[in-house]
Amino acid sequence: MSCCCHAPVVEVEGLTFSYRKGDAPTLEDVNFTIKCGESGCIVGPNGGGKSTLLKLMLGLLTPDKGSVKIFGLTPDAAARSIGYMPQYHQLDAAFPATVLEVALMGRARKNLFGRYSKDDLEKTRSALAEMGCSGIEKRSFSTLSGGQRQRVLIARALASEPELLLLDEPTANIDPGAEEQFYATLELLKGRMTVLTVSHDLGFVSRETDHIICVNRKVSVHNSGNFTSETADEVYHHKVNLIRHEHSCFCHCGDGEEK
Amino acid sequence: MFDIIHKIFAPELAFLRNAILLGILAGPILGVIGSMVVTRRISSLAGASAHTALGGVGIALFLQRVCGIAWCSGELGAVAGAVAAALLVGLVNIYAKEREDTVIAVVWALGMAVGLLFLDYTPGYVDWQGYLFGNILLISPQSIKMTILLDALVLVPAFIFYNSVLATTFDPVFSRLRGLPVNLIYLLLLVLTALTIVLLINIVGIILVIALLTLPAASAGCFTKHLWSMMLCATLLSWIFVIGGLVASFGFNLPSGPVIVVIAGVVYLLSLCTGKFIKKN
Repeated sequence: MSCCCHAPVVEVEGLTFSYRKGDAPTLEDVNFTIKCGESGCIVGPNGGGKSTLLKLMLGLLTPDKGSVKIFGLTPDAAARSIGYMPQYHQLDAAFPATVLEVALMGRARKNLFGRYSKDDLEKTRSALAEMGCSGIEKRSFSTLSGGQRQRVLIARALASEPELLLLDEPTANIDPGAEEQFYATLELLKGRMTVLTVSHDLGFVSRETDHIICVNRKVSVHNSGNFTSETADEVYHHKVNLIRHEHSCFCHCGDGEEK
Repeated sequence: MFDIIHKIFAPELAFLRNAILLGILAGPILGVIGSMVVTRRISSLAGASAHTALGGVGIALFLQRVCGIAWCSGELGAVAGAVAAALLVGLVNIYAKEREDTVIAVVWALGMAVGLLFLDYTPGYVDWQGYLFGNILLISPQSIKMTILLDALVLVPAFIFYNSVLATTFDPVFSRLRGLPVNLIYLLLLVLTALTIVLLINIVGIILVIALLTLPAASAGCFTKHLWSMMLCATLLSWIFVIGGLVASFGFNLPSGPVIVVIAGVVYLLSLCTGKFIKKN
């Protein structure tokens, strides 16, 4: 991946958005920039506008005022560089498709027949292998556990070779063991691409994240180092408990830092 | 049993043979469109489309008999009504973000009410019960030709664009990011669903059409782990339901629509129970 240039990946400028004209805006005067190779965690209370911000970045909604640029382009134009992992329970739990079929959708593109090539199959298989899903390739997606489904959906996003990875509530509805595994996975991806994670769970705020993007109608961005309980209280307008994740059981790959 | 088979080939029972032939030709359409309707969860949209077909019939027959527009036949009206309702609900879904179930309920009831009012003002005899409950006597060589055409319209794109159809059905948002024409595929599916419904109205009638559209696919879904195998299995099941139902209704002198739907319903319940034990892995 070409993530060494510190060029802006996500640029949001003066963004205001409301679902109906005349309603109080869901997001108001939002400004932030995420640069290449950085990672960010989008946090905030329910109804604060996290999902709305995500949809704006995906180009599913259009801002009333201001702009969202992804790699300097409109979200629609940049869509093919975005890897997206939705929450698995947004998808039909009984859908008849195997793990491989789901992951291959990451290689889907607009061409005449939409057939997958050998290259598509290889890239999908290696993405599945990276997520530890090689053994379950032939299983039906609907029989998997929540954690497995999430890994398959990340593999699908990775198969599309994204430069920006957007993860929607990756730790919701999965058991603690799978959550730990997920942090390790995130660690592997960081540096290869820009990763933005949406979380309703402040516990997710870990020191592996460069930026903490707090969304509650207004948006403020903090460096993860400076993010304290007081900052969290301000965002949530009430007292919250902040738990920092210190992943003592996972070693950092590459940087040699002991945790 | 032998007796029934013997009777089916009697010359005076051409209508029954036509109905069976229509059932055989409709099987693959039911398998493909039924699986799509079930996995995309648009069966109530299909219901609204079916009931609005009656609205189309009413308006068309009124125009034909009162305004003297000869080409406005009941069949054409049914197609126009069903397609218009499906597209209306689909477009509201895509662009207006209204409550989907409310829009469906309104179109459903309004489509039927308009049909009944127009039929009331239409002079001459109208077999409206045939539309509501099905009448295999209405199946003409023309309907057989239309079914062959619909077979081509459904099977060719389903085969060619299978991967895109699979991806957009499973996750429209993700598919949109990958550049697939999600809305186009959705609207095309709605039009084909509406045409399938009009085709089935002759066999089981407006009121039971949703059952025949969804039950084979829903039963197949209990055992299959690919969309394509669900489509194949649903095709086989629709053959069993339609042919079995037609023969049984003839043998026991019962109305064919309800017999077909009861057989399909019983098989679905059995599939639900056994599907839980046969683990899809």
